[in-house]
Amino acid sequence: MSARGADTPVLQVEHLTMRFGGLVAVDDVSFEARRSEITALIGPNGAGKTTVFNCITGFYKPTEGMITLTQVSGQRYLLERMDDHVINAKAGVARTFQNIRLFPGMTVLENLMVAQHQMLTKGPARALGSLIGLAAYRQAEAEALSFAIHWLERVGLTARADQAAGDLPYGDQRRLEIARAMCTRPELLCLDEPAAGLNARESEELNGLLRSICAEGNTAILLIEHDMSVVMRISDHVIVLDHGSVIADGPPSKVQNDEHVIAAYLGVPDEEVANVEKEVGA
Amino acid sequence: MEYFLQQLINGIALGSIYGLIAIGYTMVYGIIGMINFAHGDVFMVGAFIALISFLGLMAVGVTFVPLALILVLVVAMLLTSAWGWTIERVAYRPLRSSFRLAPLITAIGMSIALQNFMQVAQGARVKPLQPVITGRFEMFAGDNFAVTLSNIQILIVVTTIVLMAVFWLIIDRTSLGRSLRACEQDRMMAALCGVNVDRTISLTFVMGAALAAVAGLLYLLYYGVIDFFIGFIVGIKAFTAAVLGGIGSLPGAMLGGLIIGLIETFWSAYFTIEYKDVAAFSMLALVLIFFPSGLLGRPEVEKV
Repeated sequence: MSARGADTPVLQVEHLTMRFGGLVAVDDVSFEARRSEITALIGPNGAGKTTVFNCITGFYKPTEGMITLTQVSGQRYLLERMDDHVINAKAGVARTFQNIRLFPGMTVLENLMVAQHQMLTKGPARALGSLIGLAAYRQAEAEALSFAIHWLERVGLTARADQAAGDLPYGDQRRLEIARAMCTRPELLCLDEPAAGLNARESEELNGLLRSICAEGNTAILLIEHDMSVVMRISDHVIVLDHGSVIADGPPSKVQNDEHVIAAYLGVPDEEVANVEKEVGA
Repeated sequence: MEYFLQQLINGIALGSIYGLIAIGYTMVYGIIGMINFAHGDVFMVGAFIALISFLGLMAVGVTFVPLALILVLVVAMLLTSAWGWTIERVAYRPLRSSFRLAPLITAIGMSIALQNFMQVAQGARVKPLQPVITGRFEMFAGDNFAVTLSNIQILIVVTTIVLMAVFWLIIDRTSLGRSLRACEQDRMMAALCGVNVDRTISLTFVMGAALAAVAGLLYLLYYGVIDFFIGFIVGIKAFTAAVLGGIGSLPGAMLGGLIIGLIETFWSAYFTIEYKDVAAFSMLALVLIFFPSGLLGRPEVEKV
Protein backbone atom coordinates (compact mmCIF):
# COMPACT_ATOMS: atom_id res chain seq x y z
CA MET A 1 0.00 0.00 0.00
CA SER A 2 1.75 3.14 -1.16
CA ALA A 3 1.46 6.14 1.11
CA ARG A 4 0.65 8.34 -1.86
CA GLY A 5 -2.66 6.65 -2.58
CA ALA A 6 -3.61 6.10 1.02
CA ASP A 7 -3.20 9.73 2.03
CA THR A 8 -5.14 11.48 -0.70
CA PRO A 9 -8.94 11.40 -0.47
CA VAL A 10 -10.51 8.54 -2.42
CA LEU A 11 -12.94 10.87 -4.10
CA GLN A 12 -12.44 14.51 -4.95
CA VAL A 13 -15.35 16.34 -6.51
CA GLU A 14 -14.36 19.76 -7.79
CA HIS A 15 -16.70 22.45 -9.11
CA LEU A 16 -19.27 19.94 -10.23
CA THR A 17 -22.16 21.52 -12.14
CA MET A 18 -25.01 19.68 -13.80
CA ARG A 19 -27.61 21.47 -15.87
CA PHE A 20 -30.68 19.98 -17.48
CA GLY A 21 -31.68 22.60 -20.01
CA GLY A 22 -32.41 25.67 -17.90
CA LEU A 23 -32.54 23.80 -14.62
CA VAL A 24 -29.36 23.83 -12.58
CA ALA A 25 -29.61 20.65 -10.50
CA VAL A 26 -26.10 20.83 -9.09
CA ASP A 27 -24.27 24.13 -8.91
CA ASP A 28 -20.50 24.30 -8.35
CA VAL A 29 -20.30 21.56 -5.74
CA SER A 30 -16.92 20.54 -4.31
CA PHE A 31 -16.24 18.00 -1.60
CA GLU A 32 -14.03 15.07 -0.68
CA ALA A 33 -14.55 11.58 0.65
CA ARG A 34 -11.68 10.05 2.62
CA ARG A 35 -10.57 6.47 3.01
CA SER A 36 -11.91 4.60 6.09
CA GLU A 37 -14.52 7.26 6.63
CA ILE A 38 -18.25 7.46 6.13
CA THR A 39 -19.15 10.63 4.31
CA ALA A 40 -22.84 11.56 4.31
CA LEU A 41 -24.52 13.70 1.72
CA ILE A 42 -27.71 15.17 3.15
CA GLY A 43 -30.22 17.82 2.20
CA PRO A 44 -33.91 18.41 1.63
CA ASN A 45 -35.74 16.74 -1.25
CA GLY A 46 -34.63 18.06 -4.63
CA ALA A 47 -31.32 19.35 -3.27
CA GLY A 48 -29.37 17.46 -5.95
CA LYS A 49 -27.98 14.58 -3.90
CA THR A 50 -28.95 11.82 -6.29
CA THR A 51 -27.74 13.90 -9.24
CA VAL A 52 -24.30 14.08 -7.63
CA PHE A 53 -24.40 10.29 -7.26
CA ASN A 54 -25.42 9.87 -10.86
CA CYS A 55 -22.50 12.01 -12.00
CA ILE A 56 -20.05 10.00 -9.90
CA THR A 57 -21.33 6.65 -11.19
CA GLY A 58 -21.48 7.67 -14.83
CA PHE A 59 -25.26 7.87 -15.33
CA TYR A 60 -24.89 11.53 -16.21
CA LYS A 61 -22.02 13.34 -17.85
CA PRO A 62 -21.52 16.49 -15.75
CA THR A 63 -21.86 19.85 -17.50
CA GLU A 64 -18.78 21.15 -15.72
CA GLY A 65 -16.34 20.01 -13.09
CA MET A 66 -13.92 17.25 -12.30
CA ILE A 67 -14.42 14.03 -10.34
CA THR A 68 -11.16 12.34 -9.38
CA LEU A 69 -10.91 8.92 -7.84
CA THR A 70 -7.60 7.89 -6.29
CA GLN A 71 -7.06 4.21 -5.56
CA VAL A 72 -4.96 2.78 -2.74
CA SER A 73 -2.26 2.07 -5.31
CA GLY A 74 -2.09 5.77 -6.18
CA GLN A 75 -3.70 5.19 -9.57
CA ARG A 76 -6.00 8.11 -10.44
CA TYR A 77 -9.11 8.09 -12.61
CA LEU A 78 -11.18 10.99 -13.92
CA LEU A 79 -14.65 9.55 -13.56
CA GLU A 80 -16.45 12.14 -15.68
CA ARG A 81 -14.58 10.82 -18.71
CA MET A 82 -15.39 7.14 -18.25
CA ASP A 83 -18.23 4.85 -19.33
CA ASP A 84 -20.42 3.37 -16.64
CA HIS A 85 -19.15 -0.20 -16.66
CA VAL A 86 -15.53 0.96 -16.64
CA ILE A 87 -16.22 3.17 -13.62
CA ASN A 88 -16.97 0.01 -11.71
CA ALA A 89 -14.58 -2.38 -13.40
CA LYS A 90 -11.48 -0.17 -13.49
CA ALA A 91 -11.94 2.70 -11.06
CA GLY A 92 -13.72 0.62 -8.43
CA VAL A 93 -16.88 2.59 -7.70
CA ALA A 94 -19.97 0.63 -6.67
CA ARG A 95 -23.41 1.93 -5.85
CA THR A 96 -26.82 0.94 -4.59
CA PHE A 97 -30.16 2.53 -5.36
CA GLN A 98 -32.97 4.17 -3.44
CA ASN A 99 -35.37 1.69 -4.99
CA ILE A 100 -33.59 -1.64 -4.81
CA ARG A 101 -32.21 -2.93 -8.09
CA LEU A 102 -31.19 -6.54 -7.68
CA PHE A 103 -31.39 -9.11 -10.44
CA PRO A 104 -34.69 -10.47 -9.13
CA GLY A 105 -34.83 -13.64 -11.23
CA MET A 106 -31.36 -14.82 -10.27
CA THR A 107 -30.46 -16.50 -7.01
CA VAL A 108 -28.88 -14.62 -4.14
CA LEU A 109 -25.55 -16.32 -4.80
CA GLU A 110 -25.71 -15.60 -8.53
CA ASN A 111 -26.28 -11.93 -7.79
CA LEU A 112 -22.97 -11.92 -5.93
CA MET A 113 -21.24 -13.89 -8.69
CA VAL A 114 -22.34 -11.49 -11.43
CA ALA A 115 -20.69 -8.71 -9.49
CA GLN A 116 -17.39 -10.56 -9.90
CA HIS A 117 -17.85 -11.10 -13.61
CA GLN A 118 -15.13 -8.76 -14.74
CA MET A 119 -12.64 -10.42 -12.43
CA LEU A 120 -13.54 -13.80 -13.93
CA THR A 121 -13.26 -12.72 -17.54
CA LYS A 122 -10.24 -10.49 -17.46
CA GLY A 123 -8.81 -10.71 -20.93
CA PRO A 124 -10.02 -12.78 -23.86
CA ALA A 125 -8.11 -15.88 -22.75
CA ARG A 126 -10.16 -16.19 -19.58
CA ALA A 127 -13.39 -15.34 -21.35
CA LEU A 128 -12.71 -18.23 -23.68
CA GLY A 129 -11.54 -20.34 -20.76
CA SER A 130 -14.88 -19.85 -19.07
CA LEU A 131 -16.51 -21.56 -22.04
CA ILE A 132 -14.30 -24.62 -22.04
CA GLY A 133 -13.55 -24.74 -18.33
CA LEU A 134 -9.80 -24.13 -18.19
CA ALA A 135 -7.99 -24.69 -14.92
CA ALA A 136 -7.11 -21.02 -14.48
CA TYR A 137 -10.73 -20.08 -14.89
CA ARG A 138 -11.85 -22.76 -12.47
CA GLN A 139 -9.50 -21.46 -9.84
CA ALA A 140 -10.74 -17.88 -10.35
CA GLU A 141 -14.30 -19.14 -10.13
CA ALA A 142 -13.56 -20.94 -6.88
CA GLU A 143 -12.05 -17.76 -5.43
CA ALA A 144 -15.06 -15.75 -6.54
CA LEU A 145 -17.35 -18.30 -4.95
CA SER A 146 -15.55 -18.22 -1.62
CA PHE A 147 -15.61 -14.41 -1.66
CA ALA A 148 -19.35 -14.48 -2.36
CA ILE A 149 -19.87 -16.94 0.51
CA HIS A 150 -17.83 -14.70 2.80
CA TRP A 151 -20.21 -11.81 2.02
CA LEU A 152 -23.30 -13.98 2.39
CA GLU A 153 -22.13 -14.75 5.90
CA ARG A 154 -21.45 -11.14 6.71
CA VAL A 155 -24.91 -10.00 5.70
CA GLY A 156 -26.54 -13.09 7.21
CA LEU A 157 -28.00 -14.53 4.02
CA THR A 158 -26.17 -17.86 3.86
CA ALA A 159 -29.38 -19.83 4.41
CA ARG A 160 -31.06 -18.07 1.52
CA ALA A 161 -28.21 -18.44 -1.01
CA ASP A 162 -30.29 -20.42 -3.51
CA GLN A 163 -33.49 -18.40 -3.33
CA ALA A 164 -34.44 -15.97 -6.07
CA ALA A 165 -33.31 -12.51 -5.00
CA GLY A 166 -36.71 -11.05 -5.82
CA ASP A 167 -38.39 -13.28 -3.22
CA LEU A 168 -36.36 -12.00 -0.27
CA PRO A 169 -37.94 -9.74 2.35
CA TYR A 170 -37.20 -6.05 1.95
CA GLY A 171 -34.50 -5.75 4.61
CA ASP A 172 -32.64 -8.77 3.21
CA GLN A 173 -32.75 -7.27 -0.28
CA ARG A 174 -31.15 -4.10 1.05
CA ARG A 175 -28.32 -6.04 2.66
CA LEU A 176 -27.88 -8.19 -0.43
CA GLU A 177 -27.54 -5.08 -2.55
CA ILE A 178 -24.70 -3.88 -0.32
CA ALA A 179 -23.07 -7.31 -0.41
CA ARG A 180 -23.28 -7.33 -4.19
CA ALA A 181 -21.70 -3.89 -4.39
CA MET A 182 -18.90 -5.08 -2.08
CA CYS A 183 -18.31 -8.13 -4.27
CA THR A 184 -17.07 -5.83 -7.01
CA ARG A 185 -14.23 -5.02 -4.55
CA PRO A 186 -14.85 -1.26 -4.66
CA GLU A 187 -12.60 1.55 -3.50
CA LEU A 188 -15.66 3.75 -3.08
CA LEU A 189 -19.10 2.51 -2.10
CA CYS A 190 -21.97 4.89 -2.84
CA LEU A 191 -25.20 4.13 -0.98
CA ASP A 192 -28.42 5.90 -1.85
CA GLU A 193 -30.61 5.91 1.28
CA PRO A 194 -29.52 2.51 2.57
CA ALA A 195 -31.71 2.76 5.69
CA ALA A 196 -34.93 3.69 3.86
CA GLY A 197 -37.75 1.38 4.86
CA LEU A 198 -35.75 -0.50 7.48
CA ASN A 199 -37.06 -0.94 11.01
CA ALA A 200 -35.04 0.19 14.01
CA ARG A 201 -33.29 -3.13 14.52
CA GLU A 202 -32.43 -3.60 10.86
CA SER A 203 -31.19 -0.05 10.71
CA GLU A 204 -28.94 -0.73 13.70
CA GLU A 205 -27.53 -3.86 12.00
CA LEU A 206 -26.90 -1.83 8.87
CA ASN A 207 -24.92 0.75 10.84
CA GLY A 208 -22.77 -2.04 12.24
CA LEU A 209 -22.18 -3.44 8.76
CA LEU A 210 -21.18 -0.08 7.31
CA ARG A 211 -18.83 0.62 10.21
CA SER A 212 -17.17 -2.76 9.78
CA ILE A 213 -16.67 -2.16 6.04
CA CYS A 214 -15.03 1.15 6.84
CA ALA A 215 -12.88 -0.29 9.58
CA GLU A 216 -11.30 -2.70 7.11
CA GLY A 217 -9.77 0.37 5.54
CA ASN A 218 -9.94 -0.38 1.84
CA THR A 219 -13.27 1.15 1.09
CA ALA A 220 -14.63 4.64 1.58
CA ILE A 221 -18.37 5.03 1.96
CA LEU A 222 -20.40 7.90 0.57
CA LEU A 223 -24.05 7.82 1.50
CA ILE A 224 -27.22 9.78 0.96
CA GLU A 225 -29.54 9.59 3.91
CA HIS A 226 -32.70 11.23 5.17
CA ASP A 227 -32.75 9.59 8.56
CA MET A 228 -30.85 12.13 10.67
CA SER A 229 -30.36 9.75 13.58
CA VAL A 230 -28.48 7.41 11.24
CA VAL A 231 -26.42 10.20 9.72
CA MET A 232 -25.41 11.74 13.03
CA ARG A 233 -24.52 8.41 14.57
CA ILE A 234 -22.40 6.81 11.87
CA SER A 235 -20.91 9.45 9.64
CA ASP A 236 -17.50 10.98 10.14
CA HIS A 237 -18.14 13.84 7.81
CA VAL A 238 -21.35 15.47 6.60
CA ILE A 239 -21.97 17.58 3.51
CA VAL A 240 -25.26 19.45 3.31
CA LEU A 241 -26.71 20.34 -0.07
CA ASP A 242 -29.57 22.73 -0.69
CA HIS A 243 -30.82 23.89 -4.08
CA GLY A 244 -27.79 22.30 -5.73
CA SER A 245 -25.12 24.04 -3.62
CA VAL A 246 -23.10 23.00 -0.61
CA ILE A 247 -24.31 24.97 2.41
CA ALA A 248 -22.32 23.20 5.10
CA ASP A 249 -19.41 20.76 5.26
CA GLY A 250 -17.86 19.31 8.42
CA PRO A 251 -18.22 16.83 11.26
CA PRO A 252 -21.80 15.98 12.28
CA SER A 253 -21.70 17.89 15.55
CA LYS A 254 -20.79 21.11 13.77
CA VAL A 255 -23.22 20.69 10.88
CA GLN A 256 -26.05 19.95 13.27
CA ASN A 257 -25.88 23.43 14.76
CA ASP A 258 -25.22 25.34 11.55
CA GLU A 259 -27.90 27.97 11.06
CA HIS A 260 -28.03 27.56 7.27
CA VAL A 261 -28.69 23.87 7.70
CA ILE A 262 -31.43 24.49 10.23
CA ALA A 263 -32.98 27.05 7.91
CA ALA A 264 -32.83 24.67 4.95
CA TYR A 265 -34.50 21.89 6.89
CA LEU A 266 -36.97 23.81 9.02
CA GLY A 267 -37.52 26.92 6.93
CA VAL A 268 -36.55 30.45 7.96
CA PRO A 269 -37.65 32.00 11.29
CA ASP A 270 -41.02 33.77 11.44
CA GLU A 271 -39.64 37.30 11.87
CA GLU A 272 -37.71 36.97 8.60
CA VAL A 273 -40.86 35.97 6.75
CA ALA A 274 -42.54 39.00 8.28
CA ASN A 275 -39.68 41.23 7.08
CA VAL A 276 -39.96 39.94 3.52
CA GLU A 277 -43.72 40.37 3.57
CA LYS A 278 -43.28 43.96 4.71
CA GLU A 279 -40.84 44.63 1.86
CA VAL A 280 -43.13 43.34 -0.86
CA GLY A 281 -46.10 45.04 0.77
CA ALA A 282 -48.20 41.96 1.42
CA MET B 1 -50.92 -45.56 -36.38
CA GLU B 2 -47.79 -46.08 -38.46
CA TYR B 3 -48.64 -43.04 -40.48
CA PHE B 4 -49.06 -41.01 -37.31
CA LEU B 5 -45.69 -42.13 -35.97
CA GLN B 6 -44.01 -41.27 -39.22
CA GLN B 7 -45.46 -37.75 -39.12
CA LEU B 8 -44.37 -37.40 -35.51
CA ILE B 9 -40.78 -38.15 -36.52
CA ASN B 10 -40.93 -35.73 -39.44
CA GLY B 11 -42.47 -33.05 -37.26
CA ILE B 12 -39.82 -33.35 -34.54
CA ALA B 13 -37.03 -33.04 -37.11
CA LEU B 14 -38.58 -29.93 -38.64
CA GLY B 15 -39.43 -28.50 -35.23
CA SER B 16 -35.81 -28.88 -34.09
CA ILE B 17 -34.68 -26.63 -36.93
CA TYR B 18 -37.32 -24.03 -36.03
CA GLY B 19 -36.32 -24.25 -32.40
CA LEU B 20 -32.65 -23.57 -33.14
CA ILE B 21 -33.59 -20.42 -35.03
CA ALA B 22 -36.19 -19.37 -32.46
CA ILE B 23 -33.47 -19.29 -29.78
CA GLY B 24 -31.83 -16.41 -31.65
CA TYR B 25 -35.07 -14.42 -31.68
CA THR B 26 -35.85 -15.04 -28.06
CA MET B 27 -32.36 -14.24 -26.75
CA VAL B 28 -32.13 -10.94 -28.56
CA TYR B 29 -35.62 -10.00 -27.42
CA GLY B 30 -34.73 -10.96 -23.87
CA ILE B 31 -31.65 -8.80 -23.71
CA ILE B 32 -32.54 -5.67 -25.70
CA GLY B 33 -36.28 -5.99 -26.18
CA MET B 34 -36.22 -5.84 -29.94
CA ILE B 35 -37.37 -8.30 -32.58
CA ASN B 36 -34.42 -8.99 -34.83
CA PHE B 37 -36.30 -9.51 -38.09
CA ALA B 38 -33.02 -10.05 -39.92
CA HIS B 39 -32.42 -13.25 -37.94
CA GLY B 40 -34.25 -15.40 -40.50
CA ASP B 41 -31.91 -14.06 -43.13
CA VAL B 42 -28.92 -14.76 -40.93
CA PHE B 43 -30.14 -18.36 -41.04
CA MET B 44 -30.31 -18.10 -44.86
CA VAL B 45 -26.76 -16.70 -44.97
CA GLY B 46 -25.68 -19.60 -42.76
CA ALA B 47 -27.23 -22.09 -45.18
CA PHE B 48 -25.40 -20.48 -48.11
CA ILE B 49 -22.08 -20.43 -46.28
CA ALA B 50 -22.60 -24.11 -45.48
CA LEU B 51 -23.38 -24.93 -49.10
CA ILE B 52 -20.42 -22.99 -50.47
CA SER B 53 -17.95 -24.42 -47.99
CA PHE B 54 -19.31 -27.92 -48.57
CA LEU B 55 -18.85 -27.64 -52.33
CA GLY B 56 -15.44 -26.07 -51.72
CA LEU B 57 -14.33 -28.97 -49.57
CA MET B 58 -15.56 -31.44 -52.16
CA ALA B 59 -13.59 -29.59 -54.81
CA VAL B 60 -10.34 -29.80 -52.85
CA GLY B 61 -10.92 -33.50 -52.30
CA VAL B 62 -12.31 -33.80 -48.78
CA THR B 63 -14.78 -36.52 -49.58
CA PHE B 64 -14.98 -38.23 -46.21
CA VAL B 65 -18.46 -37.04 -45.25
CA PRO B 66 -18.25 -36.85 -41.43
CA LEU B 67 -15.01 -34.85 -41.60
CA ALA B 68 -16.44 -32.57 -44.27
CA LEU B 69 -19.57 -32.02 -42.20
CA ILE B 70 -17.63 -31.09 -39.09
CA LEU B 71 -15.46 -28.66 -41.06
CA VAL B 72 -18.54 -27.15 -42.71
CA LEU B 73 -20.21 -26.81 -39.34
CA VAL B 74 -17.23 -24.98 -37.86
CA VAL B 75 -16.79 -22.70 -40.86
CA ALA B 76 -20.51 -21.91 -41.08
CA MET B 77 -20.76 -21.16 -37.36
CA LEU B 78 -17.71 -18.90 -37.40
CA LEU B 79 -18.61 -16.95 -40.53
CA THR B 80 -22.29 -16.60 -39.67
CA SER B 81 -21.36 -15.43 -36.18
CA ALA B 82 -19.22 -12.78 -37.78
CA TRP B 83 -22.26 -11.73 -39.80
CA GLY B 84 -24.39 -11.61 -36.67
CA TRP B 85 -21.79 -9.56 -34.83
CA THR B 86 -21.41 -7.13 -37.73
CA ILE B 87 -25.16 -6.66 -38.15
CA GLU B 88 -25.52 -5.74 -34.50
CA ARG B 89 -22.52 -3.44 -34.60
CA VAL B 90 -23.51 -1.65 -37.79
CA ALA B 91 -27.29 -1.61 -37.75
CA TYR B 92 -28.49 -1.90 -34.17
CA ARG B 93 -25.96 -0.52 -31.71
CA PRO B 94 -25.96 3.04 -33.09
CA LEU B 95 -29.74 3.10 -32.70
CA ARG B 96 -30.00 1.49 -29.32
CA SER B 97 -30.80 4.67 -27.44
CA SER B 98 -33.08 5.90 -30.22
CA PHE B 99 -36.88 5.67 -30.19
CA ARG B 100 -38.45 2.24 -29.89
CA LEU B 101 -39.41 1.73 -33.52
CA ALA B 102 -35.99 2.60 -34.96
CA PRO B 103 -34.31 -0.78 -34.36
CA LEU B 104 -37.39 -2.54 -35.71
CA ILE B 105 -37.23 -0.56 -38.92
CA THR B 106 -33.50 -1.16 -39.39
CA ALA B 107 -34.07 -4.84 -38.67
CA ILE B 108 -36.56 -5.05 -41.53
CA GLY B 109 -34.18 -3.06 -43.72
CA MET B 110 -31.33 -5.37 -42.78
CA SER B 111 -33.48 -8.38 -43.68
CA ILE B 112 -34.23 -6.99 -47.15
CA ALA B 113 -30.58 -6.00 -47.62
CA LEU B 114 -29.36 -9.52 -46.77
CA GLN B 115 -31.88 -11.11 -49.14
CA ASN B 116 -30.97 -8.83 -51.98
CA PHE B 117 -27.28 -9.22 -51.32
CA MET B 118 -27.60 -12.98 -51.55
CA GLN B 119 -29.78 -12.72 -54.65
CA VAL B 120 -27.18 -10.58 -56.38
CA ALA B 121 -24.17 -12.48 -55.11
CA GLN B 122 -25.46 -16.02 -55.62
CA GLY B 123 -28.24 -15.67 -58.14
CA ALA B 124 -31.96 -16.05 -57.72
CA ARG B 125 -32.24 -19.71 -58.69
CA VAL B 126 -32.56 -22.48 -56.17
CA LYS B 127 -29.28 -24.11 -55.24
CA PRO B 128 -29.37 -27.87 -55.00
CA LEU B 129 -27.02 -30.10 -53.07
CA GLN B 130 -26.91 -33.77 -53.88
CA PRO B 131 -28.00 -35.88 -50.91
CA VAL B 132 -25.03 -36.16 -48.60
CA ILE B 133 -26.45 -38.23 -45.83
CA THR B 134 -28.51 -41.00 -47.25
CA GLY B 135 -29.59 -44.18 -45.58
CA ARG B 136 -32.53 -44.79 -43.35
CA PHE B 137 -33.73 -47.66 -41.36
CA GLU B 138 -37.11 -49.14 -41.04
CA MET B 139 -38.34 -49.07 -37.48
CA PHE B 140 -41.26 -51.36 -38.10
CA ALA B 141 -43.58 -52.12 -40.95
CA GLY B 142 -47.35 -52.06 -40.70
CA ASP B 143 -49.83 -53.59 -43.10
CA ASN B 144 -49.13 -51.24 -45.94
CA PHE B 145 -46.88 -48.62 -44.40
CA ALA B 146 -43.38 -48.76 -42.99
CA VAL B 147 -42.19 -46.26 -40.38
CA THR B 148 -38.71 -45.14 -41.31
CA LEU B 149 -36.22 -43.00 -39.56
CA SER B 150 -33.66 -41.47 -41.88
CA ASN B 151 -30.10 -40.84 -40.80
CA ILE B 152 -30.46 -37.15 -41.50
CA GLN B 153 -33.41 -36.97 -39.10
CA ILE B 154 -31.31 -38.64 -36.43
CA LEU B 155 -28.52 -36.18 -37.12
CA ILE B 156 -30.89 -33.21 -36.82
CA VAL B 157 -32.37 -34.31 -33.52
CA VAL B 158 -29.06 -35.37 -31.97
CA THR B 159 -27.33 -32.15 -33.06
CA THR B 160 -30.15 -30.10 -31.64
CA ILE B 161 -30.11 -31.93 -28.31
CA VAL B 162 -26.33 -31.62 -27.99
CA LEU B 163 -26.37 -27.92 -28.88
CA MET B 164 -29.20 -27.23 -26.45
CA ALA B 165 -27.28 -28.96 -23.68
CA VAL B 166 -24.10 -27.00 -24.39
CA PHE B 167 -26.05 -23.82 -24.69
CA TRP B 168 -27.90 -24.40 -21.45
CA LEU B 169 -24.58 -25.09 -19.69
CA ILE B 170 -23.15 -21.81 -20.96
CA ILE B 171 -26.19 -19.82 -19.86
CA ASP B 172 -26.62 -21.51 -16.52
CA ARG B 173 -23.12 -22.27 -15.35
CA THR B 174 -20.56 -19.87 -16.76
CA SER B 175 -19.76 -16.33 -15.84
CA LEU B 176 -20.64 -15.23 -19.36
CA GLY B 177 -24.07 -16.79 -19.02
CA ARG B 178 -24.61 -15.12 -15.67
CA SER B 179 -23.73 -11.72 -17.06
CA LEU B 180 -26.05 -12.36 -19.98
CA ARG B 181 -28.94 -13.09 -17.64
CA ALA B 182 -28.04 -10.07 -15.52
CA CYS B 183 -28.18 -7.84 -18.60
CA GLU B 184 -31.57 -9.32 -19.44
CA GLN B 185 -32.95 -8.26 -16.09
CA ASP B 186 -31.35 -4.86 -15.59
CA ARG B 187 -28.84 -3.63 -18.11
CA MET B 188 -27.88 -0.48 -16.22
CA MET B 189 -27.34 -2.33 -12.98
CA ALA B 190 -25.26 -4.96 -14.77
CA ALA B 191 -23.02 -2.18 -16.08
CA LEU B 192 -22.62 -0.89 -12.53
CA CYS B 193 -21.53 -4.36 -11.47
CA GLY B 194 -18.71 -4.14 -13.99
CA VAL B 195 -20.34 -6.14 -16.80
CA ASN B 196 -19.50 -4.84 -20.26
CA VAL B 197 -23.04 -4.58 -21.59
CA ASP B 198 -22.10 -3.84 -25.20
CA ARG B 199 -19.90 -6.90 -25.34
CA THR B 200 -22.59 -9.04 -23.75
CA ILE B 201 -25.14 -7.91 -26.34
CA SER B 202 -22.66 -8.68 -29.13
CA LEU B 203 -22.17 -12.10 -27.61
CA THR B 204 -25.93 -12.69 -27.73
CA PHE B 205 -25.99 -11.95 -31.42
CA VAL B 206 -22.97 -14.15 -32.01
CA MET B 207 -24.51 -17.11 -30.18
CA GLY B 208 -27.86 -16.66 -31.92
CA ALA B 209 -26.15 -16.51 -35.31
CA ALA B 210 -24.07 -19.60 -34.55
CA LEU B 211 -27.22 -21.58 -33.77
CA ALA B 212 -28.89 -20.20 -36.91
CA ALA B 213 -25.88 -21.38 -38.93
CA VAL B 214 -26.32 -24.88 -37.57
CA ALA B 215 -30.00 -24.69 -38.46
CA GLY B 216 -29.00 -23.52 -41.94
CA LEU B 217 -26.69 -26.48 -42.41
CA LEU B 218 -29.31 -28.94 -41.16
CA TYR B 219 -31.96 -27.39 -43.39
CA LEU B 220 -29.63 -27.68 -46.38
CA LEU B 221 -28.94 -31.34 -45.63
CA TYR B 222 -32.61 -32.11 -44.94
CA TYR B 223 -34.20 -30.45 -47.95
CA GLY B 224 -31.28 -30.42 -50.37
CA VAL B 225 -32.25 -27.07 -51.91
CA ILE B 226 -31.90 -23.52 -50.70
CA ASP B 227 -32.50 -20.12 -52.20
CA PHE B 228 -32.12 -16.51 -51.11
CA PHE B 229 -35.72 -16.37 -49.89
CA ILE B 230 -35.78 -19.27 -47.40
CA GLY B 231 -34.95 -16.90 -44.55
CA PHE B 232 -38.27 -15.13 -44.81
CA ILE B 233 -40.80 -17.89 -44.28
CA VAL B 234 -38.61 -20.04 -42.03
CA GLY B 235 -37.69 -16.93 -40.06
CA ILE B 236 -41.34 -15.98 -39.57
CA LYS B 237 -42.11 -19.53 -38.45
CA ALA B 238 -39.25 -19.48 -35.96
CA PHE B 239 -40.37 -16.10 -34.71
CA THR B 240 -43.87 -17.52 -34.27
CA ALA B 241 -42.32 -20.38 -32.35
CA ALA B 242 -40.51 -17.97 -30.06
CA VAL B 243 -43.70 -16.03 -29.36
CA LEU B 244 -45.69 -19.22 -28.91
CA GLY B 245 -43.25 -20.55 -26.33
CA GLY B 246 -43.06 -17.20 -24.57
CA ILE B 247 -40.61 -14.73 -25.99
CA GLY B 248 -37.57 -14.29 -23.79
CA SER B 249 -37.72 -17.89 -22.56
CA LEU B 250 -35.13 -20.32 -23.93
CA PRO B 251 -36.95 -23.59 -23.21
CA GLY B 252 -40.04 -21.83 -24.55
CA ALA B 253 -38.33 -21.22 -27.89
CA MET B 254 -37.45 -24.89 -28.23
CA LEU B 255 -40.92 -26.01 -27.19
CA GLY B 256 -42.54 -23.49 -29.54
CA GLY B 257 -40.34 -24.72 -32.40
CA LEU B 258 -41.39 -28.31 -31.82
CA ILE B 259 -45.07 -27.40 -31.62
CA ILE B 260 -44.95 -25.35 -34.83
CA GLY B 261 -43.05 -28.14 -36.61
CA LEU B 262 -45.54 -30.77 -35.46
CA ILE B 263 -48.63 -28.74 -36.35
CA GLU B 264 -47.26 -28.02 -39.79
CA THR B 265 -46.38 -31.64 -40.46
CA PHE B 266 -49.63 -33.08 -39.14
CA TRP B 267 -51.75 -30.54 -40.96
CA SER B 268 -49.98 -31.33 -44.22
CA ALA B 269 -50.36 -35.03 -43.62
CA TYR B 270 -54.00 -35.18 -42.61
CA PHE B 271 -55.52 -32.11 -44.22
CA THR B 272 -54.26 -29.90 -47.00
CA ILE B 273 -50.63 -29.04 -47.53
CA GLU B 274 -51.56 -25.62 -48.94
CA TYR B 275 -52.92 -24.46 -45.60
CA LYS B 276 -50.10 -25.66 -43.37
CA ASP B 277 -48.88 -22.12 -42.70
CA VAL B 278 -52.39 -20.97 -41.90
CA ALA B 279 -52.66 -23.79 -39.37
CA ALA B 280 -49.37 -22.85 -37.71
CA PHE B 281 -50.21 -19.18 -37.44
CA SER B 282 -53.79 -19.86 -36.28
CA MET B 283 -52.35 -21.92 -33.48
CA LEU B 284 -50.30 -18.89 -32.48
CA ALA B 285 -53.40 -16.71 -32.38
CA LEU B 286 -55.24 -19.28 -30.28
CA VAL B 287 -52.41 -19.71 -27.80
CA LEU B 288 -51.96 -15.98 -27.39
CA ILE B 289 -55.65 -15.57 -26.56
CA PHE B 290 -55.36 -17.99 -23.65
CA PHE B 291 -51.70 -17.44 -22.69
CA PRO B 292 -50.91 -13.83 -23.59
CA SER B 293 -47.26 -14.19 -22.60
CA GLY B 294 -46.76 -17.50 -24.41
CA LEU B 295 -46.62 -21.02 -23.02
CA LEU B 296 -43.52 -20.64 -20.83
CA GLY B 297 -43.19 -16.86 -20.79
CA ARG B 298 -43.26 -14.83 -17.65
CA PRO B 299 -45.94 -12.17 -17.54
CA GLU B 300 -44.43 -8.73 -17.98
CA VAL B 301 -44.10 -7.01 -14.63
CA GLU B 302 -44.12 -3.26 -14.81
CA LYS B 303 -40.92 -1.89 -13.30
CA VAL B 304 -41.41 0.92 -10.84
